[in-house]
Amino acid sequence: MLHTVNKSPFQNTSLESCIRFTLPGDIILLLEDGVFAAQVGTSKSDLLESAMKKNEVYALEADLKARALTNLVPGVKITDYAGFVDLVEKHSTHAWL
Amino acid sequence: MAEDVKKIMFTVRKPPHGSIYVYEGLEVKLIMAAYDADISVVFIDDGVFAVKKGQDTKALGIKGFAATYGVLVDYEITKVYVDRQSMESRGMSEEDLLVIGEDEDTEEPITPQVVDSDEIAAMMAEQHNILAF
Repeated sequence: MLHTVNKSPFQNTSLESCIRFTLPGDIILLLEDGVFAAQVGTSKSDLLESAMKKNEVYALEADLKARALTNLVPGVKITDYAGFVDLVEKHSTHAWL
Repeated sequence: MAEDVKKIMFTVRKPPHGSIYVYEGLEVKLIMAAYDADISVVFIDDGVFAVKKGQDTKALGIKGFAATYGVLVDYEITKVYVDRQSMESRGMSEEDLLVIGEDEDTEEPITPQVVDSDEIAAMMAEQHNILAF
């Protein structure tokens, strides 16, 4: 499954809930304000790192660039809109709005 | 049930009344119930407040939807689940959940089923579509 998170982890618990409901092998895609979770050295970095032990994590490039986020948790994969479409095509999706 | 029947899950994670999400989600569920789909509904995070019994929206000047939840079973929406951790962390217990219908034979009231997150995750993995509200 693909789980998308579009809210900042500093604003609400969408990312935490998403992680609680992911099965090993599921993919998490951070987009819009969700990409703030991808930064290294924040109070939420550990949360993301725990998820990355069982799940691949992607972040949407356009949203990272727009927010000047360059220093990411190691292992976070960057994808563009075409990659986003590929992920949606391959997996059933749940949006953690 | 035929094999080509779509499995559609609704997740409700927003609290009621502060936004239109829960109400709209309920409308969509009732519409989808008219089709031959295998529907399930899961209340997670603040969504669990939507299925708390005793909601009275009169003073807000809105209709509210507790009564509509009360006929979900009549619409053949029987797979209604509440995430245990979300419920307990919000100070609610099974006794706080509203009635979604009654058993055809015994007329016993039916309330949403409280389940753990791993059960919900497994159900999510089986769905053709998941609609989030």
